[in-house]
Amino acid sequence: MTPKQKKNLIRIIVAAMLMIALEFVPSTGAARFFLYMIPYLIVGYDLLIKATRGIKNLRALDENFLMAVATLGAISLAVYDNGDYTEAVAVMLFYQIGELFESYAVGKSRKNISELMDIRPDFANIETENGIEQVDPDEVEIGTEIIVKPGEKIPIDGVIISGKSTIDTVALTGESLPRDVDIGAEVVSGCVNINGVLKIRTTKLFGESTASKILDLVENASSRKSKSEEFITKFARVYTPIVVACAVALAIIPSIVTGDFATWIYRALIFLVISCPCALVISIPLTFFAGIGGASREGILIKGSNFLETLSKVKTVVMDKTGTLTQGVFDVSDIHAKDFDANQLIHLAAHAERYSTHPIGISIKNFYPNENDNCDVEILEEIAGQGIRAKINGEIISVGNEKLMDAVGAKWKACDKAGTIIHVAIAEKYIGHVVISDVVKPTAKKSVEEMFAAGIENIFMLTGDSEKVAAQVAAELGIKNYRSELLPADKVTELEKILAVEKNSKVAFVGDGINDAPVLSRADVGIAMGAMGADAAIEAADVILMDDDPLKISRAVKISRKCLRIVKQNIYLAIGIKILCMILGAVGLANMWFAIFADVGVMILAVLNAIRALFTH
Amino acid sequence: MKKIFKINADCANCANEMESVANDTEGVKNAVVNFMTLKMTVEFEDGADFKAVMKNVRERCRKIDDECEIFL
Repeated sequence: MTPKQKKNLIRIIVAAMLMIALEFVPSTGAARFFLYMIPYLIVGYDLLIKATRGIKNLRALDENFLMAVATLGAISLAVYDNGDYTEAVAVMLFYQIGELFESYAVGKSRKNISELMDIRPDFANIETENGIEQVDPDEVEIGTEIIVKPGEKIPIDGVIISGKSTIDTVALTGESLPRDVDIGAEVVSGCVNINGVLKIRTTKLFGESTASKILDLVENASSRKSKSEEFITKFARVYTPIVVACAVALAIIPSIVTGDFATWIYRALIFLVISCPCALVISIPLTFFAGIGGASREGILIKGSNFLETLSKVKTVVMDKTGTLTQGVFDVSDIHAKDFDANQLIHLAAHAERYSTHPIGISIKNFYPNENDNCDVEILEEIAGQGIRAKINGEIISVGNEKLMDAVGAKWKACDKAGTIIHVAIAEKYIGHVVISDVVKPTAKKSVEEMFAAGIENIFMLTGDSEKVAAQVAAELGIKNYRSELLPADKVTELEKILAVEKNSKVAFVGDGINDAPVLSRADVGIAMGAMGADAAIEAADVILMDDDPLKISRAVKISRKCLRIVKQNIYLAIGIKILCMILGAVGLANMWFAIFADVGVMILAVLNAIRALFTH
Repeated sequence: MKKIFKINADCANCANEMESVANDTEGVKNAVVNFMTLKMTVEFEDGADFKAVMKNVRERCRKIDDECEIFL
């Protein structure tokens, strides 16, 4: 609690005890009035001062003014009528309890969320003649060697030049499994070094590092307001004047008609107590704030509450294939040997690719890790666009595409699998081929299922890859709609076609941020994936998934839906209860106790409900 | 030109009032107040002297409530 909150709490407790004590002190007339004024002023003096200032600045209809009028009105009625001041004191007391609760809850969630995003590094260690020195990370230049001890945050993006360790990326990606890093590994700022001492050569300035970028993004996120927030702001502006006008009408018209001023003025005061729009005004932005905070803990960064709102309405998800649904790296997916041992086939192919730097060659080498055995390998020639010929254990081995096979006179066989086909022949005898393809991410199939389960109606896959590859991946993942052989510009055209069809619902595009920035910004919501360190994607996207797990797409949608559900509940709850109270008050079924309980109670319920958005599971 | 200022506001309603006051101030093209992060994002009219404009905005915001403050 802040000192101000503590002071208010003490005022509330003192006033409440005084009020209870006064119940047992028999008093009448002026003495009674002055006695009750003590707790009233203790708990309400600041409000009265603020109300007076409001009038002076010609801003009469604020909540302070309304509460002042309501309580002073109730006191006047008590003087004139029965000397029951408890009601006025209680209204002021509960109003202040509500205010205190609100400020405590808001302060608490501000603190919670800033702790969640506690990735700001405070210092960097630099080795100097006097040993290790802590410096401001802002002063560290690119290419400086910094030291990160166990338990410290990596302050600046860089490459490990010595040491190995396990790093905790949970604050950045939501991935709770620590990652092992070694010399040569690129590490991003904001991760926590768990066990080893690391020496890192920085590759970026502090301000350009991942942690700074993300903090910047999170802190400035919600300057974009959602429609619900705008609605509530507008609603609050008209709501209070309307209720006050009703209160005035209620105080004057029936009073003149019936001649019973006390009853109708009392009922009008109830209106004033209910007229405060606090519950709505606080709970809606709080819900979005909590929702965005909760999502960021899972490694889902949402750039503004408007995007959270749009995300909740997404019915169509358009996905890029390479890097989003697939790993974006090549791997051996099949070995088809013809009258030959498959293991021996890949063994020979790996030997031939021993010195290859081509991604395809590297993938074959990676598939056969112990390539450097005691075989006698001599590379004869590397023919660009065809393949490699090598002499292995005295035999001439050709590894390459159809052209190479034709050149050596081997009778190659076509393959029905999608991907790049690498044929292998011993002299002119064809022994089979290796299928190399981009590997589907392990969670890709589940992510598609989860999206359908979360209520996404259509999933499209766009790819620049061949029709055959696209068809196979789509079938494997259960995606019915796909477009293949698209150039980057065609993806925008395809997305626009989809947008035109899905006019009434929202369309999200998911990409890995590499050359799909135009598509990301064209979609209703652009979701960039695995964006750690990819600046262009962070700029262009509206939602950023810190790791490259496609399962996060459905999580993001679910979080947004939950958040919007809470927003709706709060709007209906608050407006509904207030209208109900006003009706009951107008017909004389509710007294002022009822009104203040309804007002403060709804606010507390709405705030507690809003905080639920923070819990994403 | 767009700038972000740290603010203080006691309640969400005051924050909304600050937003509307800022939007009504001359030289301000668009202002958004975020009560949860206590930040005011102000987009200024072309050629406006943002320091003078913000002083004006602060002056007017202080009238809303004692606690309303903009840190320039």
